Parts: sequence; structure tokens; C-alpha cells
Amino acid sequence: MFRSQNRGNSQPRWLFSFVVVVIFFLSILPLGRLAATGFSSLFNGGARELLSDPAVWQALYDTLTTSFLGMIAAVILGGGFALLLTLFDVRGKTALGFLFMLPTMIPPQVTALSWIGMTGPSSALLKAIGMAPPLGSPQPLYSIGGIALLYGVQNAPLVFLSLRAGLLALPRDGVEAARLSGASSWQVLKDIILPLSLPGFVAGAAIAFVSCVGNFGIPAILGIPASIYTLPTLIYSKFAAFGPNTFADVSLLSGLIAILSVIGLTVEERVLRGRDYRVIGLSGQVAMFRLGTWRPIGEIVLWLAIFITLVMPLTALIASSLAPAYGVPLTPATATLDAYREVLFKQAITRTAFINSISLSLATALGLLVVTVLTGYYLVRSKSRLAPVLSALAEIPYALPGIVLAVALILVFAAPIPIIGISIYGTIWIILVAYFSSFFAVSLKPVVSAFRQLDPSLEEAARLSGAGFGRRLIDIVVPLVAPAAGASVILVFLIACNELTVSAILWSAGTQTLGVAIYNLDDSGSFNLAAALSVLVVIMVIAMMLALELMAKRLPKGVVPWRS
Amino acid sequence: MAKLILNRLSKAFETGGRPAVNDVSLEVRDGGFLALLGPSGCGKTTVLRMIAGFEQPTDGSILLGDRVLADAGDMVAPEHRNMAMVFQSYALWPHMSVADNVGYPLKVRGVTGERCTAKIREALAAVRLEAYADRRPADLSGGQRQRVALARCLVTEPDVVLLDEPLANLDRHLRQEMEETFREFHARSGATMIYVTHDQAEAMALATDVAVMSEGRLLQVASPQEIYARPEGRLVGGLVGQGAIVTWPAASVENRQLDWDILQQLLSRSDGTECADILIRPQDVEIAGEGVPARVTSVLFEGERYALKLALGDEQVLRAFSRQPVQVGDMVSIVIRSAWRL
Repeated sequence: MFRSQNRGNSQPRWLFSFVVVVIFFLSILPLGRLAATGFSSLFNGGARELLSDPAVWQALYDTLTTSFLGMIAAVILGGGFALLLTLFDVRGKTALGFLFMLPTMIPPQVTALSWIGMTGPSSALLKAIGMAPPLGSPQPLYSIGGIALLYGVQNAPLVFLSLRAGLLALPRDGVEAARLSGASSWQVLKDIILPLSLPGFVAGAAIAFVSCVGNFGIPAILGIPASIYTLPTLIYSKFAAFGPNTFADVSLLSGLIAILSVIGLTVEERVLRGRDYRVIGLSGQVAMFRLGTWRPIGEIVLWLAIFITLVMPLTALIASSLAPAYGVPLTPATATLDAYREVLFKQAITRTAFINSISLSLATALGLLVVTVLTGYYLVRSKSRLAPVLSALAEIPYALPGIVLAVALILVFAAPIPIIGISIYGTIWIILVAYFSSFFAVSLKPVVSAFRQLDPSLEEAARLSGAGFGRRLIDIVVPLVAPAAGASVILVFLIACNELTVSAILWSAGTQTLGVAIYNLDDSGSFNLAAALSVLVVIMVIAMMLALELMAKRLPKGVVPWRS
Repeated sequence: MAKLILNRLSKAFETGGRPAVNDVSLEVRDGGFLALLGPSGCGKTTVLRMIAGFEQPTDGSILLGDRVLADAGDMVAPEHRNMAMVFQSYALWPHMSVADNVGYPLKVRGVTGERCTAKIREALAAVRLEAYADRRPADLSGGQRQRVALARCLVTEPDVVLLDEPLANLDRHLRQEMEETFREFHARSGATMIYVTHDQAEAMALATDVAVMSEGRLLQVASPQEIYARPEGRLVGGLVGQGAIVTWPAASVENRQLDWDILQQLLSRSDGTECADILIRPQDVEIAGEGVPARVTSVLFEGERYALKLALGDEQVLRAFSRQPVQVGDMVSIVIRSAWRL
């Protein structure tokens, strides 16, 4: 007679071990190794040399300044947009929301390139309309302010989402009660809505700050030409000038980034923790304020914001990609598709990058799906006290900036793997491992929310029908979570395809990704090729976001990150 | 098939507090139809889930014949118990057609081809849903979904069929129809059935045996007639039928069935004799020209009659029916034809 040792649990015994092993390799091992190297260099005195280097302190100072200013820009832009879009009766909310969310999905190096294409003396766009500054005048974005501004644009959607989620959960009856007490719209906004949505503001600001601290693409393109280094670009330059102390130095520097991130994430977690208790009563659609005659003005402001932060830079990017060479004026006569022909068909490097990025992203998205369906199943169904701990451990690698994880994985894999004796350092496999670790949480989230929505009795009925674990998984569970699994695949593919931070540190000849290719093309002065490649990437991003948007109705709430 | 035996079954959840099921012993005879009756949170669903194998007992054991299904140390997984269950939410798989839902237990058991289709057709015919074989569950009404769930139980001839408040989500009209279907199903399949409900009328109408639970304990197991006529204790008395419970000095009376002669004596007695709970059903309270006086405290028109609440001289409350209209505050004289000492 078959006897299950599991106390009424639906999971086979191996599932727990599987989940523990997965989380150990994807989260605990790399981060533990990073911490160990960091501490040992701290205590062996190797840190003294690093800490006496003024460049490190300058980089820390520049990181904090740009991140803080970027956070403020993101709060103004994202917060204003969320308030206007959520509380007021403007038209075209879905389109505005979608367009506003786009910058967060566009790779930061592409954002940086498109803004460069929009400003400065060599801008193809400005030249075409005859507004370019005289040659020799400096590119204004190669500065602390420029980096901060682009941080703001890139991360405003994070503030937007966080605040919007808070605003949508506001108690409607509270607003109505204030109205009946005689408060004017302005007073309701000031006395009820803004105080209640403060946690959303603070949480959004905190995530934006963390995201700025870990950003690599923007300071790499805007900062390095002006010799402005942030912590991530400093790590990058340490790797470029590889020396005996590199491992110890970068582990300390990424430890510093990790500490800054943990501070930010703790702030976020703290302010959001109380939110459930604070909002009592009917929540739902917030009582809308009527703008009346002001409505066209509000709409113009919103569309203007979209125009400046999205349409203009992308137009400039397209213009740069059509210009025959950097600095040559773009007219209908000079416009050419040569750059596209070059990146798609001629340059072996960009072709390799396409193949690398697409196969890495596909492998990550599909491979992770198998892992996350099993892990998500365990995390949702298990009554064990370990489940929340494992859940948190799975989140950490994605919450931390990618550069921290990349450094951690280099430390793990710099030496050949014990027992089998193969070294994956410098091969495409280390990037794949890094992607698995980085995007584990991205893949897990939609699957977990689908499992949470699944009525357990559907599976219980299958058990009583005689179906064992594998059978149930294939016949019942997987078909029912399929839409969320599809979303998880697209999401991971989207993010992995656009990623630069991890592969910038981990790539070597032949294993460059799209992000690395764009950065290298720009670095070597082929601005129009970089722009053309960026345009292709943006088209890919928009296509995949639209695919998710179309699926959104069939997905559990919160799966599509730009919808709430 | 064999007798299902629950032997001193207990279940305490890790969250602590009082055990959800406490020392429940019960035998369900082969082919019996047992209703587990009790208020919500009494532990009846936990008992059902332990029988199914979704929960493991923390003490005691479950046996089917001489085969141990579960005890505190070990248990047979639900997929190896040959049981079937109708869930409160029906638990139909939305991605499968009606026929696929019904046929899934066969598919898992490796039954395929002509035999499989024949069995599915037979099961669907039994619940009168042959015409719906290719529909999706989402296209069916609540009652039809319920019948699909039932057909899924029918298809494999399980040893035990479990029903978890299957009528809770249906309207009153459909309930009656489904009760009929369940009775038919029981007669036809001969399976042992266990039916969890908080509705005493449902339990009485369907089951051959009724087990009443409260706060994790089993209070009484008997046939519906026995439970109705001779309930044990205040909780069972209050749960079964619409009777009122009064406290009168009746502890010393030998007979538990009390007639009007004895009741009259009790009512006139005011000495310190020990009191006992007495169940008085409304149909046994007769409004007559004689008897003891009572004041009408509420009147509810039910169509065929009026349901009254009456306050006796000592302010204890009785229920009664009246064919004639009466007013709140009226004084009436009543005779209690029969009562039961709990």
C-alpha cells in the first residue's frame, strides 16, 4: 500500500528540497559569497587602500547626489502624473498610463542615447530643424544634473505606480464623508487624499532611489565622458583596469551599493506595512474630481509631459539612426537606412548580440518558468514557517541592483566549479546563471499570484480522482495558471533582453548582449549605429508590452507591472 | 466495500486554541447515508477533510473495514483512497468540457476508449445532463454544475462519497430538486455517503443517520426520527426542529417524555427541586380555553398559520402556532400536549 509521509500535504517530499536547493544556488550562495569576500577584505586591511582613495568617496558622493536629485525629479514627474491621472476626469487614461510606463521598460542606455540625440551640438534632430547649439558647445547632459534628470525620467513610473496603487485603495466613503462635511475639492485633496497617499509617495520615492543607486546605463553613457563616476560605473572601470585587488575592491563597492539599497528598501517596507490597517472602509474607484473648464489644460499638461519625456527623445533617436554619420545634418535627401542595414546584416558583432540576447532571454524565461511553477506551488501551498523566509530570499536578488549580483556571481565562478572542474567565467553560461538569479523574482511573481487565486478544491478534486502530484500538475494546475505563466515568460524575456548592468560586467568577446552592443557602439563613436540598434530594441519592447496589455484581462491582478 | 470507522479522532491545528475535532468516534455502516450536522465552525468539515485525506488526524484513526486510512503517524494519500467528493464550490475544472470533467477519474485510472465513453455517458445520463457533454462548466447554471460534480463522483464507483455543504450555494427551489437527485444517487450507487450540512431540515430529509457536532465534539448519532423525537442535551434540542427550551424543576421526573398531566404538576411546583431543560415543540402547544396563561410577545404571519412567541408567567418563552389571528400583548391559555426532557 502506498503511504505518503506528508501530513495531509499535497506536495511530494522532494519539492521542499528542490525549492531549498534552487533558492540556495540563486540567492544564498552568491550573496553569501559576496558578503564573505567583502568582510574578509575589510578585516585583512585591503580595504584601507580602497577607502583612502578619494575617487571612491567622490563616486559615493556623486551616486548619492544624482540619486537624490533623480528621486526628486521622479517624485515630481511620477507623483504629479499619478495624481492628475487617478483623481481627475481626464480622457484617455489607459493610453496615457501605458505611454507613461514605457520609459521604465526602455533600457537606460537607450534612454540616455535618445536624450543625447535630442540635445547638444551634434543632435540630428536639432540640426534638422535648425536649432542646434553651435559646434563646440558642451553637451549639457554630461553632468550631474543631466544624469539626475534622466534618472527622474526613467524612474518616474515607479513613483507613479506606487502612488497610484495607494490612491486606488483610498476609502471612497471617507472622501464622500469629507464632501458632506462641507470640504471643498481642494480641502479634500489637502486634508484627506494627500495625507492618506503619503505612504505611496514615500515608498515610490524609496524604490526610485534604490533604482537610481543601481543604475548603470545612464551614468555609463552620460557620466564617463565627463569623468563623473557613480559606484556602478566605478566598479565597471575597476574591472576594465583589472588588478590584483580588483575582487576585494569591487566586493566592497558592491557591498556599499547593497547597503544603500537595503536602506531604501527598508524605508519602503516600513511605510507600506501600516497601509492595510490605515485604510478602513469601502475602497475602490476614488471619488473623481471634475476639472470642468480646466480639463483641456490638465490634458495638455499630461500629453506635454509624455511628449517631452517620451516622444521627443524617441524622435531624436530615430533621427540619429537615420542620419548618415554623427553630426551630419539630417534632411530628406541625406536620410538613410544604412545604419539599420549595418546592425542587422553587416556587423557580425550586433548579429551575435541579437542571437546572444534572444537565446539567453528565451532560455532564462522558459527555464525559470519550470523552476518557478514548482517553487510558486510550494510557497503558496506549504503551511511551513519556512515558506515566507524562502519567499523573501527569492526576492532579494531582484531587489538589489543587478551590478551587486553580477559581482557576486563573478566571485562565485571566478575559480572553476568544484568537483566537475569546469570554469564558466567568461562564457555565456555565467550570464545565464546571473539572469536566472536576477530574474527569478520577476518570473515567480505572476505564477505565485495565479496560484493564490486558484481554488484549492480544484486540486483536491483531482487528488480524490486518483491523480498523483505530477499528473495533477500537468492536467489541472499548469493549464489553469497558463495565462500567468505566459505573462511571466514575456516579462522575463522583456527585461532580460534589455538588460545591460549584469552583462556589462560579465561579458567577454563573443558573449556580448544587445545592451553591451549598444553601449560599445556608442563608446566607439558609432552613434548612428547605436541609435539604430536602440530603435530596434524599443520596437521590440513596445511589441511585447502590447502583447502583455492584450493578455491583461485574463491575468491575476498585479501581474502586468504597469497596470494596477 | 466496508464499514467506515472513526476511532477517537482528534485534530488540533498548529495555530493552537481548542482542537477543531475532539475525540470523535463514529461508525458509518456500508451503504449508509450519514449527515454531519452542526453550526459553522463545529469541526464537521474538518472531519470530512480527514476522511478524504486532506488533513491528518493528530490523534485517533480512520478505518475503512480493516484497512487503516489514517492515524497520527501515517496516512493513505487521498489519491489512493477510492473516495469521491462534491465540493461546496463544485471544483469543476474550467479548462475541461463537462465530459472531460466527469471522465477525469477514469483517465487517471487508465480507462480509455469505448469503455470510458460509455461510463461517462452513463454517469451523465444519471444526472440528466447527456446533452451537455461538450459544454464548458462556465456555460452551466449552478444546479447543472452541481450535477456534473455528482456525475464525476458516480463514474468510478467509489467506496465513500463525501459531500461538503453541496446545496449551500443554490436557491431554495433548486435545493429541493437536488435533494431528490442525491436520494436517487444514493439508492442507485449504494455508496456510503457522508454529507456535511448546517441545515437540519436538509439532514433530516436526506440521511439515514444524523450525527450532530458542536465545538469539535460529537453530541449524538441516531436516525433522523430518533434525533427529532429524543434529542440528547440542550445543543441538539436547540438545533433540531423549531422547539423552545424552558427550564423547569423536572430533574426528578423519571419519564423523559412528559405529558400535560406531569407538566401541570411541574408548573405549579415552586419548591427547590432541581431544574432540567425541557424541549417543547410549537405543534405541541395548543391554544385552548383552559390551561396556563401566556402573553403573546410576537406574531409572524407565515401564510398557512401564525407563528407566535409566548411568554409564560415566569417570562420563559414558548413557540406556538395559531390558525386565528392574534395581537401582540393578547393573553391566551395554553395546554402543552407533549414535551421532552433533554
